[in-house]
Amino acid sequence: MSDDAPGSAGDDAPGTDGTAVPAIRRVAGTGVPVRGDDIDTDQILPARFLKAVTFDDMGEYAFYDQRRDGDGELNDHPFNEYQGANVLAVNDNFGCGSSREHAPQGLMRWGVEAIVGESFAEIFQDNCKSLGIATLAVDHEDAVDLQDFIEANPDAGIEVDVREETVHYDGKAVEGDVPDAMREALLEGIWDTTAVMRTNLDRAKAVNDSLPYTDD
Amino acid sequence: MSEGTLYDKVWERHKVADLPNGQDQLFIGLHLVHEVTSPQAFGMLRERDMEVAFPDRTVATTDHIVPTTSEGRERPLADERAEEMLTHLEHNTEDAGIRFFGLEDDRQGIAHVVGPELGFVQPGMTVVCGDSHTSTHGAFGAIGMGIGTSQIRDVFATGSISADKKAVRRVEVTGELGDGVGAKDVILHVIRELGVDGGVGHVYEYGGEAIRSLDMEGRLAVCNMSIEGGARAGYINPDETTYEYLRGREFAPEGEAFEERKEYWESIRSDEDAQYDDWVEVDADDLAPQVSWGTNPEQVVGVDEPVPQPAETRDPDAAESAQAHTEVTPGETMEGHEVDVAFLGTCTNGRVADFREAARVLKGREVADDVRALAVPGSGTVKRTLEAEGIDQVFKDAGFQWREAGCSMCLAMNDDALEGDEVCASSSNRNYVGRQGSTEGRTHLMSPAMVAAAAVEGAVTDVREFDAADEVGEPVADAEVDG
Repeated sequence: MSDDAPGSAGDDAPGTDGTAVPAIRRVAGTGVPVRGDDIDTDQILPARFLKAVTFDDMGEYAFYDQRRDGDGELNDHPFNEYQGANVLAVNDNFGCGSSREHAPQGLMRWGVEAIVGESFAEIFQDNCKSLGIATLAVDHEDAVDLQDFIEANPDAGIEVDVREETVHYDGKAVEGDVPDAMREALLEGIWDTTAVMRTNLDRAKAVNDSLPYTDD
Repeated sequence: MSEGTLYDKVWERHKVADLPNGQDQLFIGLHLVHEVTSPQAFGMLRERDMEVAFPDRTVATTDHIVPTTSEGRERPLADERAEEMLTHLEHNTEDAGIRFFGLEDDRQGIAHVVGPELGFVQPGMTVVCGDSHTSTHGAFGAIGMGIGTSQIRDVFATGSISADKKAVRRVEVTGELGDGVGAKDVILHVIRELGVDGGVGHVYEYGGEAIRSLDMEGRLAVCNMSIEGGARAGYINPDETTYEYLRGREFAPEGEAFEERKEYWESIRSDEDAQYDDWVEVDADDLAPQVSWGTNPEQVVGVDEPVPQPAETRDPDAAESAQAHTEVTPGETMEGHEVDVAFLGTCTNGRVADFREAARVLKGREVADDVRALAVPGSGTVKRTLEAEGIDQVFKDAGFQWREAGCSMCLAMNDDALEGDEVCASSSNRNYVGRQGSTEGRTHLMSPAMVAAAAVEGAVTDVREFDAADEVGEPVADAEVDG
């Protein structure tokens, strides 16, 4: 549970003026480790589940194929074993591939509020920012240490501090990096960019008018 | 920080404001929309009682979920969820006044094929789409970026995205490409060299002789796969090849307006003395046709080169599990690796030139008995052009199924999917586990010519050893097939 309001659960949609978006300073809870580099969004959310006009059901499809054996039975994938966790611990280039927001939507609706990993693919990280999911990049050794710790202590508390850009567990504070824009957005509650950019609509129209190709 | 590059100039022209989160508000000159990632964004817009701010800067098509058989395209679609998505897009675009190329429009096709070939995409634009392969449009000297659905909502509501400017890496591809080797081989080689995450935090500016010599279809294939190298955008400075491609396209400027616009296009080229954040050189001289052996797009070798031992790769664990999945043997070449399916098409290689290239290999030959072969043009325009040239007949005579336009077996959101552990020679862009619709399926990425050769042999083969036809069909200018 976060001590501030949680990240944007879909059924807790922000208000039309953007002011209802809560600030996210810390995410505290338990961890779920998913190991491996270059885990792509086709693994996180297989394409066949994208055939829906809302994100409502995406939580059921997070890591759908990885969570099942060939016969369709649930296996020991972390997303089966660590139900209730909210801090996802991953490795390098997590979320590469498709731009589908369905991937972080699925993770968020499963319960993920923060992700600690070695690095993140750009579009995935942007989507996390849009949804109010914090991402913290840490060194390889630290990512692996966190995963080891969670596996050995599945019920232990993990806390991601967005302001301090740290993850706290096992009595230590490990430093990492939250991208500046994400950090500002989460701390100030301005990660929903529609409202703030809408206030500049006249300036956007002026740019549109100034471009040589917009009168085609 | 980069200075004087195309990226710097185009960014500056499109910057709307500094945002409180420290990012720039960037105006979007062209927003391409499709049925999978947009309905939720239209829904969010309605929730907030907002309207699409710049419908004229927005173009929609349907590609991911559409069936590719003519009988399968009758409405309502047999797949209720696909029908629902298509219906949503039809209603949403009509309500918002957005131009839409639907199933009944013979220009319908993959967003990244339709946008360029109809002349919507031009140099010096910012282009976004809720699809990672939006990097494609960098081929024109545009900044093309894939975005998520919340960002689509932003673009609908404000004509803008909130974004950080990235570092610019010049990727200088030197050397001369030999016969049977093309753009797809170049980009697979680049990704192998720089890694699937090598481009994170960067945009790639491709240059050098091997890039300059490519036609627009080739440049589109290169920029298309920038995202497979982790670079959200990749571009090539516009030149006469770009301008000649654009001339006469349906939505490109005409006559005097074209010449005037060219001045803008020329003005946004990277300066001779532009400053880059990074500069890498990749040698493509004597490059062999490239084939992926694993489950990500950097796990690639030349067709005449042994598949590496896991320990020789950047990520031995990943290589080991990839090799277990694809059942390739380290130390042996990919030549002779049997395939069950040959798939031609996609936003990477679904254009007229790609099919011509494959047809030169196929002419007078037949697909091996036990190979299922699909030719899926990237758009209705591509399909009609090839039919006007008589090239469809080469595919049909060889035993390829000749389909309607869509994303098809690239990600199998329609009925076109691998079954069980089938092995596919594919002109697509991703070889991830399960990507083509079967969790046990195996994908080997390669050029259209290599796919054609694999279809004929029933196994991966070196297309350079094939005696390809000099010409196929009767060339017809694309523009003459419009309508």
